[in-house]
Amino acid sequence: MPIVESMDGTPIGRRVFLGLAAFGVSGIVWGSKAAGLMEHLLGPIAVKDGSGLLGLLPTGRFRIYSVTGNLPDRAPGNWRLEVGGLAGMPYSIGFDELLGLPAVELTKDFQCVTGWRVPQVRWKGVRLADVIDQAVPQAGAAAVEFESFDGAYTETLTLEQARRGDVIVAYELDGKPISSAHGGPVRLYVAPMYGYKSLKWLQRITLVAQPRPGYWEQQGYDVDAWIGRSNGRSDTPA
Amino acid sequence: MDRFDRTERWLHWANATLVGVLVFTGAVLYSGELSSILGRRAFFKEIHVIAGLCLPVPFLLALPGRRGRGLRRDLGVLNRFSADDVRWLRSRGGDRTVRLGKFNPGQKLNTAFVGAALVTMLATGLVLRFFNPFPLAWRTGATFIHDWTALGLALAITGHVWLAVSDPDALGGMVSGTVPAGWARRKRPRWYEEQQGPAVSEEPAGSAVPGP
Repeated sequence: MPIVESMDGTPIGRRVFLGLAAFGVSGIVWGSKAAGLMEHLLGPIAVKDGSGLLGLLPTGRFRIYSVTGNLPDRAPGNWRLEVGGLAGMPYSIGFDELLGLPAVELTKDFQCVTGWRVPQVRWKGVRLADVIDQAVPQAGAAAVEFESFDGAYTETLTLEQARRGDVIVAYELDGKPISSAHGGPVRLYVAPMYGYKSLKWLQRITLVAQPRPGYWEQQGYDVDAWIGRSNGRSDTPA
Repeated sequence: MDRFDRTERWLHWANATLVGVLVFTGAVLYSGELSSILGRRAFFKEIHVIAGLCLPVPFLLALPGRRGRGLRRDLGVLNRFSADDVRWLRSRGGDRTVRLGKFNPGQKLNTAFVGAALVTMLATGLVLRFFNPFPLAWRTGATFIHDWTALGLALAITGHVWLAVSDPDALGGMVSGTVPAGWARRKRPRWYEEQQGPAVSEEPAGSAVPGP
């Protein structure tokens, strides 16, 4: 029968294993700093890269989150947006009618509060101000609540924030219809704030006097989610 | 010649299956293109999480007791780098005078790396999946580490499979458990001698060695 291989030599393997594992696991704590540095260094290169190879690297790409655990899916034909609450003329609008409204385009970095940033994303949609004003807000309306058709995701903006020119009801992402994973067919895009404010799978807009906290705000995130000035982060504004 | 016992082979293929599922479902979750072709993101996420949580199970089943003896002995061998191993590494495998034991140093380093990477993936994956109790920055850190480690792991696995496929005798060791004696004598002379006893290694090549 075989003799056990002699156990001479330096015990390096276990040290390499433990060292690497400690390095990797501790990265949970230091990784956010490294991630910021990496986005900073690689982000600009990845945008200019024509081969698309850098696009495979884990930097400058969307991560898909959903709050319900599955991806809500709705065809544009079955989608309608309700606008109501403290409004003189509540109304609802279908996908094709939305496309008929004056369109705006925004090209900006998409910044998530968990640290990742997708450089120079192209959005197309309708100004939220136009959508809201068509419902004729009443004097008491001071804020806007948004609801997703996933049944769980909600968000809010003050009326003043909602009327900014860089806040849109978006239906195109990088020149294509917005996929279900990205919150399509229609989602909010709130350019000056962290991604969680840009509610996905939009289906209802309600004008209110006093907003109830949105989904992520109930998890402890800031209500006013200005990029670089909230949630204890210091990112460059988009 | 016996190379890997039943437990070791079972662990290897159980783990390979789990990692295969994790790589595939992970790629679907990671790549926008694959996701949009296959859809059903929630389903793949569920599979990914379940396979990830199962990752330690084969190790916990294989390591203890009598059945884990061969595995534990081999882990001890993988831990130790001989003077020959160091020369092999210095020459990047080119030094023909090096007499290797059961594993070459590349395999030893690969074991350490893949093992550490799996631990890292599991830990960061847990933070990603059950993020509520952790600070936001940890989630960022875990995302970052999980992504880059996945990339490193994918490269290591590609290399591992490539080398296995290009050396069918070595691959056979993990499939049937045995390798041809000639392979052992050429590629792992020190291990060959230890298995046969020094007397056998003095004999002329080949036929004298009994089959498994």
